[in-house]
Parts: sequence; C-alpha cells; structure tokens
Amino acid sequence: MCTDITMNARMAVSKELLALHGEDISYSDFVALKGISLSISAGEKVALIGQSGAGKTTLLRRLYQLNPAECAFIHQHHALVAQLTVFHNIYMGQLDAHSIFQNLRNLVRPSRKYIDEIVPIARQLGLEDKLFTRVGELSGGQQQRVGIGRALYRGGSILMADEPVSSLDMVQREEIMACIVSAGQTVVSSMHSINLSQRYFQRIIGLKDRSVFFDLPVDCVTDDLLSELYC
Amino acid sequence: MLRTSLAYFCIAVVAVFAADISISTLDPWLELKKLGLGFLTPDFFSLPEFGEALRNTVSFALIGIVLAVIFGSVLSLFFEYTAVRLFCAFIRSIHELFWAFIFMPITGLNSLCGILAIAIPYAGIFAKVYAEIRQESDQRPAEALPENTSRVSGFLYATLPVIYHDLKNYTSYRFECALRSSAILGFIGLPTLGYHLETAFREGMYNEAAALLYSFFLLILSIRFWARPKIIAIPIIAAVLVTSWDATLSLANIIRFFTYDILPWPMRAEGFYAGTQTVTLPVGEIFHWLQNITVTNILPGIWSTVLLTQIALVSTAVFTLASFAFASRRFFTPAVTGPTHLALVVLRTTPEYILAYIFLQLWGPSMLPAVFALFLHNGAILAYLTARNVNQLELPFDGSASRINRYFYEVLPRCYGQFLAFLFYRWEVIMRESAILGILGITTLGHFIDSAISRDHLDTALLLICVTAVLNMLIDSLSQRIRKRLHISAHLAAGISP
Repeated sequence: MCTDITMNARMAVSKELLALHGEDISYSDFVALKGISLSISAGEKVALIGQSGAGKTTLLRRLYQLNPAECAFIHQHHALVAQLTVFHNIYMGQLDAHSIFQNLRNLVRPSRKYIDEIVPIARQLGLEDKLFTRVGELSGGQQQRVGIGRALYRGGSILMADEPVSSLDMVQREEIMACIVSAGQTVVSSMHSINLSQRYFQRIIGLKDRSVFFDLPVDCVTDDLLSELYC
Repeated sequence: MLRTSLAYFCIAVVAVFAADISISTLDPWLELKKLGLGFLTPDFFSLPEFGEALRNTVSFALIGIVLAVIFGSVLSLFFEYTAVRLFCAFIRSIHELFWAFIFMPITGLNSLCGILAIAIPYAGIFAKVYAEIRQESDQRPAEALPENTSRVSGFLYATLPVIYHDLKNYTSYRFECALRSSAILGFIGLPTLGYHLETAFREGMYNEAAALLYSFFLLILSIRFWARPKIIAIPIIAAVLVTSWDATLSLANIIRFFTYDILPWPMRAEGFYAGTQTVTLPVGEIFHWLQNITVTNILPGIWSTVLLTQIALVSTAVFTLASFAFASRRFFTPAVTGPTHLALVVLRTTPEYILAYIFLQLWGPSMLPAVFALFLHNGAILAYLTARNVNQLELPFDGSASRINRYFYEVLPRCYGQFLAFLFYRWEVIMRESAILGILGITTLGHFIDSAISRDHLDTALLLICVTAVLNMLIDSLSQRIRKRLHISAHLAAGISP
C-alpha cells in the first residue's frame, strides 16, 4: 500500500540534511542535469535509479559537495589503491584529518594507534584477517567491503554510494547491500538493480532525461512508472 | 618491489663513495655565465655554413633507419630462433659510436660509415620490438582466416593492419633517436652537427653552439610535419641524392680487416717484424696479451662503467619521482605543467652525450658531468612517460586535497610498478651510454676503446667493444629477469617505448 508523505510533511518530521532547489548541475566529465529540486532528511535511505547516462553520478557528486564534511562516499571502482593494504585503504578515509607527517609515517610503518582504530571496522566487515593483505589480492566482494570500511572510517552522518554492487555476483550483492544500509544512518545510493532498490531502500528517485522523473516512497513506485522510466 | 628499490638505492650510495666525483674547474660559475649568455644570444647568422652538416645529420639518420627497418623486419620474422635473438641482442648492444669506430678503418670517415653505424644497431632494436609487437597483438583476426590462406596474404590482411599503428609510432620514435645518434656521430669526426658543436664548445663560442643546438631542436620538432608515411618517400629520395657516396671500398681492405687487423697482436707480431705479414699462433703470448688487457683495461673499465651505471640509474629514478608530478594535470594546472613539459622536452631532445660534454666544460673531468647528463636525459623521458600514465589515472573526487597525500597514497602506489618497469628498460640504455661517455675522459670502457683506436690498436679496441657488448647483454637479461620476478611490465602504450 502506498503511503505518500508530502515533501513538506517529511521535512517537518526530521532534520533536513541535503537540499537542492531548482539547480542546474554540470561537471566537465559527467552528464549535465537540469532544474533539480530535492531534499534528503536524516535517517532516510534513498536509492537513485535510471538508465545509464541519466545523470546518477552527477547528482551524487553534487549532493556530496553540499556537505563534504558529513558525507562518506563509496565508489564504483578506481577508488581503492590495489597496491596498498586493506589497512591503508581504510586509513585513506581520514587522510585530510591527519598531518602529512603522520600520513607518511603511517604509510611506511602502520602506527599502533590507527591499527586500533581500524581493527573494529575491519572486524565488522569480516576483513580482520586480511588487514595487511594488498587490496589487489582480494575478491570483488571483499574489495567493495574495503570501500565501505573506508567510508565508515571517514565517519559523518551520510553514507553515499555509486552503484556499489553492480560488479558483484548475486550472493555478494545481498551481503554488501545489507552491510551498506545498516552501516549508514542516512544512505543515498545510485542503484543498477530495481529489485535491490525496492528491498533495501525506503525512497526511490528516478532520473530520466536529465531531470527528476519521480521521487516517491518505495511502495508508491509502480511497475508502470518503472517501465516508463526505462523506456 | 620496495625491497628491490632499496637495494638498488644502497648500491648507488656505496658507488658514490667509490666513484670519482668532483668539480675541478677553477671557476665553474664564470663558465656557466658565459654559457648562459651564449644561449640567450644565439648566433643564427653562423648557420648557413653548417647547412651541409644539418643535411648530413638528417640523411644519415633517414637512410640508416630505412635500412634498419628493412633488415629489422626480416630479422623479426625469425625472432623465435635463439640464434637470431642472440645475434640481434649482440648488434644492438654495441653503441652507434662504437660501430662507427669499427667501420672507420674499412670505409673511412664518410657517409657510409655514419649510415652503417646507425643502421646496424637499430636493425637489432627493430627486430626485437617488431617481434614483440607482433606477439602481443590481437591474434584473433589471423586465427579466423580460412584454412588455406597463404602466410603472406594472411600477414597482409590479418596481422599488418592490426599492428601497423604500433609499428608506425615506434618507428617514428626511433627515427627521433636516430637523429640524435646521427648528430653525436659528429663528435668523433663524421660530418654531422656534432662536429661543429664540438668545435664551438671547445673554443667557447657559445652563441654559435646555441644556434646549432636550437636548430637541432627545431629539426626534431619538425619531424612530425615531413616524416609522415604518405610523403616519406620524398625525403628518403632526397637524402639518397644529397649524400655523397664517394667511399672507396676495396674488398682486399675488408678481408684484411677481418682476417688480419683485428687479430691479437702476438699473432701478427712475428710476421710484422719479418715484413711478411704472416700469422702465427703463439698461445702463451696470446694468453699473456689477454691477461695484460684484462688487468689494465677490461677490469678497470668494467668497474667504472658499472659504478657510473648504478649511480646514474638511481639518480634517474630520484629525478623522475621528484619531477613527474610537476608535469601531471593530476597535481598542477597548465601554468605549471606547461613549463615543466617544455623543460623535459628540451632535456630529452638533447642527446646525453652533448649534455655530458657541456657539463664537462663547466665542471672539469670526473664522473659528475656524466651522472648529470645521464639522469637529466633519461629522467626527462621517464618523467614524461610517468606523468602521461598518471594523467590517465581516475582518482576519486573525494580524495585528499593535499598534493603530498595524493602523491604518496593515491598516485605513487598506483604508478610505481610501471615506473620501475620503465626504469629497468632504461638500465641497459644507461649502461650503453655510460660506456660511451668514456670517450669524454672518464675511465669507463669507452675511454679504453677510444684510446686503443687512437693508438691504432684495432685488436684491443674490438676486444673491448665485445666485452662492452657482453656486459650490456648481461644487464639486459638481468633486467628482464627482475621485471619478470616483480611482475611488472611497461607495454608499448601509445607507441613510445622507454
């Protein structure tokens, strides 16, 4: 059953974290978007869907920049450094918070203090025994968990992800999605799979023709809407 | 990978203590000032008299490369045979200048000598690289051909089109190298740019030297306009026409060279004093001769060559790692990367031999000028390649804002393997050059070869050249083994190979 709460009502209930008001967004190397208005409140789990090229990554990047201090980002790929260990890749979430000298020393010789901070995160993600393994030697699912680990270590109240499970197999997808939605208080993620979006998120934003096509609670998203979104 | 790097670094540090590194000129700054002034006020009016040297520089390189492409292509087809591979490794491990030394007694100091000195080592290089390009190319089109397709048709339809782009890029890159080789052949007396450069530098006429060097840069820059596949026939024909072919080759001379002149002196001594020129085989004396050369030339030569090579190799690495970021858009805006690129282009366009010669004038004879020349030239090439690779990296937009963090966490771990592969490729080149720079006075193998040639001891010179070649082949195979062990490779991405 569809329980649509209006935008205003939702904002009244909880704190607004990110908001765009009729904004045009463009980056040199990404799809441009026109007239985007939306708002995301604390505690929401939002999925972004739409055909490739619809502008999901552009929107995520813009949302990230609205409040970088509170956002942690899980990338699709390219963000992990395969040549460095799990420990170092997770540590990279906090590079800016530490002095350059500390960063260099920790690169050459991992310091006890940071190991103690990172071990609990690795344990939570089942990576404890891989802490000093190079990321390049891990499986796709394990690598994605390292990405989540980095976002968790970075901290902040909003967890963002760009198609975090599209390169994984069925079993790993479920495992990683469950991990992401439980790890972040507020989660905004672009998604490849409609099925996963409907099961793990409460609100779905559909992007089409470079603008927002629909923005609805998950049980209001009908099959007709979806087939129109992807046509 | 880190352990290997550290080991090489320690070897180089020890080598620095063992090497002779000093500044011996009375006032290096005064000379530098004169040099700087000369390079600010190049005397372009002096150029017309060097027209012939410029023409020779281009035509030697062009004809040399054409011959090298022909022989290299043929050899590359048989590259799976060990004998062919060894032969190619041997001819390319001897530097162009040493080949010129070998041909001088046969042909004299003329065009033929210059062209052969370029054609032979480059044929060995082309054979190897063409074969590698063919092996690494996409084999599927060739496998999909009908059963009874002839080998030639198959090659023309399903292999050549696939690899043509890589072949073309690599060949044109090597043509640039051949122009450098051709220019420095002048330093040992052939009628190319180097001949006049040497005179100008020796006599301190720096504005003339600057004009020559600038015109050489322009020549290299202009390659892309006239050395194109569609019109390349025109410059080649022109080169053949303008080259003077008045070399007098006598068969008797050639036979005499191979069967008499290069034989160890003890074999010729008896006949020489008797005036009969007969050859004998006094085993004991030959052994003594060999022992003598080993102790006085080969061992000290190898020692200095290896010292210089190791110091230059590690300095090249340090220079590259310290400079590539300034040439990369991942770190700086075009306001910084532009000038850096210009500086790198100048350094890699100037042959290391010329750089060493300039530093030698400034600082006096020691290993220092050679070390600087080698790491500036090779480092500029590696920094350019590394910066280009780094530009292609996709870095996350939410990474650290600090350049130093980005350098050590995001960029260096990602590009280090490829950088090391480039560096180990360069090892053999640095070693070849280290040997050659001996001609300028430091006691590497080239020094002993040069002095043997000037005393007309062809037997000693040839023995030393062979020793240098074998040393080079050893370094080459060691480098291959290390690259394999570290699982690193530097593919011929976009045509430019280190």
